[in-house]
Amino acid sequence: MEVETPLLSQGAATDPYLNIIPVKLSYFDRTYFLQTSPEFCMKRMLAAGSGPIYQLCKAFRDEECGRYHNPEFTLLEWYQPGFDHHALMGEVDDFLQAVLKTPKATKVSYRALFEKFLGFNPHQADAKILKHYAKQHDIQLDATLACEDWLDVLLTHCIEPHLGYDAPVMIFDYSASKAALAKVRSDKEPVAERFEVYVQGVELANGYHELTDHNIQRQRFEADNKIRSALDRPNIPLDNHLLKALEVGLPSSAGVALGIDRLVMLAAGADHIEEVLAFTSAQA
Amino acid sequence: MSSYNTNEFKSGLKVLLDKDPCVMLENEFVKPGKGQAFNRIKLKNLKTGRVIERTMKSGESLPAADIVEKDMQYLYNDGERWHFMVPDTFEQYELVKDIVGDSAVWLQEQDVCIITLWNDVPLSVAPPNFVVLTVSETDPGMKGDTSGGGVKPATLETGAVVRVPLFVQIGERIKVDTRTGEYVSRAKE
Repeated sequence: MEVETPLLSQGAATDPYLNIIPVKLSYFDRTYFLQTSPEFCMKRMLAAGSGPIYQLCKAFRDEECGRYHNPEFTLLEWYQPGFDHHALMGEVDDFLQAVLKTPKATKVSYRALFEKFLGFNPHQADAKILKHYAKQHDIQLDATLACEDWLDVLLTHCIEPHLGYDAPVMIFDYSASKAALAKVRSDKEPVAERFEVYVQGVELANGYHELTDHNIQRQRFEADNKIRSALDRPNIPLDNHLLKALEVGLPSSAGVALGIDRLVMLAAGADHIEEVLAFTSAQA
Repeated sequence: MSSYNTNEFKSGLKVLLDKDPCVMLENEFVKPGKGQAFNRIKLKNLKTGRVIERTMKSGESLPAADIVEKDMQYLYNDGERWHFMVPDTFEQYELVKDIVGDSAVWLQEQDVCIITLWNDVPLSVAPPNFVVLTVSETDPGMKGDTSGGGVKPATLETGAVVRVPLFVQIGERIKVDTRTGEYVSRAKE
């Protein structure tokens, strides 16, 4: 079922590095936020018993513009109750084969990917070792970063540019520190049941086997806000509507957000996002 | 001192990196799905000419470098230093050997060059793209051989050595591309 949810909301994603655009609504005398994805409202619908739902909508991030970034962009987001992340990856693959005529996607775990490209297990490495690996791979970055940030640096510099040229690549089972809103599976090395899709070096989609536990969700929101405080960034009010919906009960489901502007770029062979937008934010 | 935040980065920007003046060649915004964003930049060190790559956390900044390019007329060499003058203001600048470097062999009195200044101190000199110089030494070529084909070395009045066609004679004026050091044509004068 196609749905439409509000672009403006009182709660928002707490991801410490997301720059959310606040909007003051005078009638309510409150600050609302432009959504960075329609995730929270769509999960409330799932909890209310909507069944499978999808939405094509605008999302906003107060970020730099670049080859693959515009502050206002278009997302396709959908949820499948009863699916886990592997079942949903299969559906994303069908979608790509139909739309981009790509061959069958390659699935690889986050751990196997690092072992293949860089020769180490990402779940067992600490920040000091990762900084050393970065230096070995000629990354000139002189900073003290958390373990998960070094993993991002290595992924974006050494691995991402090579992904998805023969066929789309789907990375799954991220390190638990990158769980965001995904379920964490308590294996010997706990992993987040999350996946990302890369086509021709471009990160195209991000999906989760959704976290359904409202207590853990609240803890993650609060932990994010703690990091925000440490980074001197504004805290984001928790979305109590979402937490309430999780408490009532979100059916086990998987969801994914796919960047439509990037999909159009890939379909059209465009080199820059401005080629597929009538007007970029710089021109709006 | 003013500085540039990563969101102001673009090619052509003049910044200080490890206290050296650099010009930015490329800037790419790198954002993993979640988490810290980075800027990958490529810079050219204006002192050494070396190209450097760096990654910075988005939101950080680099100090701006006070870099100015000025048209100046080359006046003379006193044996040690090269003297230049800004035509409008008659302001004079002296350049030492380290700064002039390989450009020395293309400098001809009166020619207008581009001098890059950092905090008003010369950093480099770019001679005109094309200069006309007199051949002071070369093997006698075969007269009348204008068909091309063979080449020979020729020393010019400034000391530069270029490869010229066999028909070029001592005393002739030739046009040279200073960026490649290649012979272009005989000068029509």
